[in-house]
Amino acid sequence: MCDTCGCASEGGAVLRKPGLNDYHVHISESGHNHEHTHEHGHHHQGRSRTLVLEQDVLHKNNLLAERNRGYFEARNIFVLNLLSSPGSGKTSLLEKIIPALQQHIPVAVIEGDQQTTNDAERMQALGVPVIQINTGSGCHLDALMINSAVKELELHDNSLLCIENVGNLVCPAMFDLGEALKVVIISVTEGDDKPLKYPNMFHEADLCILNKMDLLPYVDFDANKCRENAMRVNHHLEWFEVSAKTGEGVDAWQDWIKNKLKQH
Amino acid sequence: MHEMSIALSIVETLDAKAREEGAGRISGIDLVIGKLAGIEPESLRFCFSAAAKGTLAEEALLAIEEPEGLGECGECGITFPVSFYYAECPECRSLRVKIVSGEEFVIQSITIEDQEGE
Repeated sequence: MCDTCGCASEGGAVLRKPGLNDYHVHISESGHNHEHTHEHGHHHQGRSRTLVLEQDVLHKNNLLAERNRGYFEARNIFVLNLLSSPGSGKTSLLEKIIPALQQHIPVAVIEGDQQTTNDAERMQALGVPVIQINTGSGCHLDALMINSAVKELELHDNSLLCIENVGNLVCPAMFDLGEALKVVIISVTEGDDKPLKYPNMFHEADLCILNKMDLLPYVDFDANKCRENAMRVNHHLEWFEVSAKTGEGVDAWQDWIKNKLKQH
Repeated sequence: MHEMSIALSIVETLDAKAREEGAGRISGIDLVIGKLAGIEPESLRFCFSAAAKGTLAEEALLAIEEPEGLGECGECGITFPVSFYYAECPECRSLRVKIVSGEEFVIQSITIEDQEGE
């Protein structure tokens, strides 16, 4: 049995490369064990080879994300990846907390949107270094975009970097950017079953912020039920209830960030 | 629609690998996509045919294995099939369930044909 992939190949030659543990090529005359080569009808023997790759599809992104993470760790930059559906208040929340956090630590922002620099302009007004990533048709940020963006940002050592991902509760969950923590934001104008509808995102997140609490009296939203739903998907999730508009609950989250910065 | 960018990235990786091996084309690609991986196999297939145009993977047959999700209960320790992240232990009703399988998303292998193979 092959010791790398566990396949039942016996006695067949295997090509390997020094230093590449995952890489190996089984050379087999009959080609492939799986059905589709036979369906295919390519009967020329010895001309078809199967390469066993066992490679994570997101391998390239994950490698780059780890490179980003190493860079951030070396410079002691604490990175938050903010995720939510469009309109739940990511940018407003940043506008609320950045002025206070800036008193303690340098802050920088990476903004992700399909189009426009509207959000970056709002951040610039706060006096923080900011760069906008416009993904065009893309639905998420990936590690390469972050890698390129940080080269263009003048980041300070011992600082905080907030990445505001593209507004989308599905795709960004899959792409590691090299952040320290993922923060998912929902608002009371959405449904309290959102964590159940988009479980991947809530499963990946470290922290959930329920925003627009000032609107709670006017909407049909059960905050406790929402929290319960979120905890069913991810029982490690930390939970904050805030209003970026009135500032309610924002201090608690700020203190949480400050604590994390101390531990970081 | 992350399936499109993922399809493009798979094609790019495999096209480069096949060229490195001196292959004329890729005839088969075996993927493993766990039921909890957050990828729709049908959507990926659809995107793949567009993404593979003009590459060595253009005619490749996509075989997708979809392992079921498996959870392990953090209270009583039993393992059981899960289809959602918010699984509940069927024995003790605990919600402290750790996903142990079903999140795989792997290119298992590819079959390449030599250049003069046609």
